[in-house]
Amino acid sequence: MDLILVNLIDGLVFGLLLFMLSSGLTLIFSMMGVLNFAHASFYMLGAYFGYQLSTVLGIGFIGGLIVAPIIVGVGGALIERYGLRQVHQYGHVPELIFTFGLALLIQEVVKLFWGQNQIPYFEPAYLDFALFSVGDNAIKAYKVFMIFISLAIFGGLLYILTKTRIGMIIQAALSYPKTVEALGHNVPFIFMGVFGVGTALAGVAGVIAGPALGTFPGMAFTLGSIVFVTIVVGGLGSLWGALLASLLIGWLTTFAASYNLRMEDILTGLGMTKPEVMSDSMLQDLWTLTLPQVGPILPYLLMVLILVFRPQGLLGKREA
Amino acid sequence: MLKKTKLGVAITLAATLSASVAFAENIKIAFVDPLSGPFATTGTNGAAEWTYAADVLVNDKGGVLGGKNFEIVTFDNKMSGKESLIQVQVAIDQGIRFIAQGNSSGIAAAITDAVNKHNRRNPDDRVLFINYSAVDPALTNEKCNFWHFRFDANADIKMDALTDVMAARDDLKKVYLIGQDYSFGKAVAAAAERDITNKRPDVEIVGNELHPIGKVKDFTPYARKIVASGADSVITGNWGSDMVGLGKAIIEAGFEGQIYTYYAASNGITRTFGEDGKGHLNLVHEGQLNPPVSDRASAYVDGFEAKYPDHDISQARIANAVEMLAKAIDAAGTADDVVKVAYALEGMEHDSIWGGKVFMRPQDHQAIQDVHVGAHTDENIRHPLDNSPYGLMDNVKVEMAAMDSATTCEMKRP
Repeated sequence: MDLILVNLIDGLVFGLLLFMLSSGLTLIFSMMGVLNFAHASFYMLGAYFGYQLSTVLGIGFIGGLIVAPIIVGVGGALIERYGLRQVHQYGHVPELIFTFGLALLIQEVVKLFWGQNQIPYFEPAYLDFALFSVGDNAIKAYKVFMIFISLAIFGGLLYILTKTRIGMIIQAALSYPKTVEALGHNVPFIFMGVFGVGTALAGVAGVIAGPALGTFPGMAFTLGSIVFVTIVVGGLGSLWGALLASLLIGWLTTFAASYNLRMEDILTGLGMTKPEVMSDSMLQDLWTLTLPQVGPILPYLLMVLILVFRPQGLLGKREA
Repeated sequence: MLKKTKLGVAITLAATLSASVAFAENIKIAFVDPLSGPFATTGTNGAAEWTYAADVLVNDKGGVLGGKNFEIVTFDNKMSGKESLIQVQVAIDQGIRFIAQGNSSGIAAAITDAVNKHNRRNPDDRVLFINYSAVDPALTNEKCNFWHFRFDANADIKMDALTDVMAARDDLKKVYLIGQDYSFGKAVAAAAERDITNKRPDVEIVGNELHPIGKVKDFTPYARKIVASGADSVITGNWGSDMVGLGKAIIEAGFEGQIYTYYAASNGITRTFGEDGKGHLNLVHEGQLNPPVSDRASAYVDGFEAKYPDHDISQARIANAVEMLAKAIDAAGTADDVVKVAYALEGMEHDSIWGGKVFMRPQDHQAIQDVHVGAHTDENIRHPLDNSPYGLMDNVKVEMAAMDSATTCEMKRP
């Protein structure tokens, strides 16, 4: 029972982290119709900038949390203005290749400046303590901090997108860019702004995930693919969908990793007998499988199922 | 006139030849390991240690065979078995007789196989394989051959030492085994289970699991399981970011016990663990840095840190490998006939710069040496790692570990 509660909290933390990445990506995708392969690279840049600002320049963790995403966001906006927009006229495939190349470029630049090794980016001391314990398992104050930051960002985004004039223009520009332009709004500027805010969100995720999950040149790669899964499952362009899918995937991977459900038990439960000599059995791999081993592929399985049975995603309005 | 020209050409040719002979005086050692890609740190660190060891331990002391120097030639194998075999072939084509490799037992298995075949087919052009790091026990058991020499203690020997330390603890009750899902992770888990059951039948193994290698984003759920299982000790063969991720998650989840590891040091790992790892992390290795064994060893380490501030002496055995190879070449009186060198190397007893002896066991070419278990700490550390205040303090030594252990090696000698 204790473990379930702990896993619920851990899954929530990981899910909300995913949400911060996927919310930006899903907005960018629905706006420009192109998958931004470099999105997770902005997340990585956020972590490295956060480290550099907070420890080396000495403006503290909170300072890094505020300044690093701004730098990442401005960088993202500039890349949209002077890179992606130039490539846009040649169609979607060059755009895709552009973001892919950008991801590789950022990866190499990070290695060039900070090296191959994991860097010592830690939680600030005032959040580095066990806030409370469930059973023997300690829940760190930093995790609770992560939850609050993510929820605050979700609330802020939701408010801006649905209640303010800017949000309405953005939403209109997503669906009917030509009409919005005819009404006198600067649509390319809106696109640039959305791209900048999206990458800044990835930057925030990087700053707060860096100390928790480790800051190393492979961090973009390990999280990159799962973010795409999240936005496809949630439904492209849907903020609520991104939240729902992120939490679902967060809990799915967390619970899968912590319960040692064995295929052996399921198969014997189904009335099959375990082969005496495992190495001779055709189904050796199937018999020895455990849930933690298959855990990391479950989100991808979920994506396949969603694409088959509900191609528009859980809360999406149009087909992927 | 024509005759004169011919003579002139002949003299020039002879002069060029003798000049190239003079240049070829260096005895070349091919270093085949990843120098690019995700594992480049380990590779470049190893290359630095080899170059430094060759310079300081051999060349500065007058070289071998009356004045020939060791020269380390680096080849990037990009951590791929296929690429490694190409690079080994390139090295052999350049006339290099000694191949040094260490990262990944899978690649070592491919190289030992290729070297064996090459030596059978080209008896005039044989090479030796100096394995300085790959620890899969199979390499000195069923896959052993005359051309392969391993200078690191293999995974079984290391586990033997680790479990000796653990078995001596009265408070040891519950052990959790976790590792990466591939051959080495499985070998570690199997050895741990066998040794603990033998040495302390009363101790319960409360978990034995493998996680996908390099794919886990967040180790927290694993850490929760470990804490919830009530384990007081964890054994893992994890390396790289899997080691850091797992270790940090376990400690942050409120784990109070000890974590026994193979690779939780250097290459950024020591620095990243910092204060958190103190009192939790233990690592089994050869080659003691702290407390310093001798002024000579300390001077060696200090000299290395001065020359390569971004690297560490993380693979102390490289010094042994270089010194023993030099001794074997001197004893054989040749660096070209590797059969003689190999015969000089097997059975050799060597006084290691790190204290104690190294014995190259003739029956399987496994170096037998003192194995240490060190703790991650910042107290009384003379030689820290990663430019941090932290390092490994060795508190347990197993002398000539696994000297009498059995081997299934059936070596064919030329």
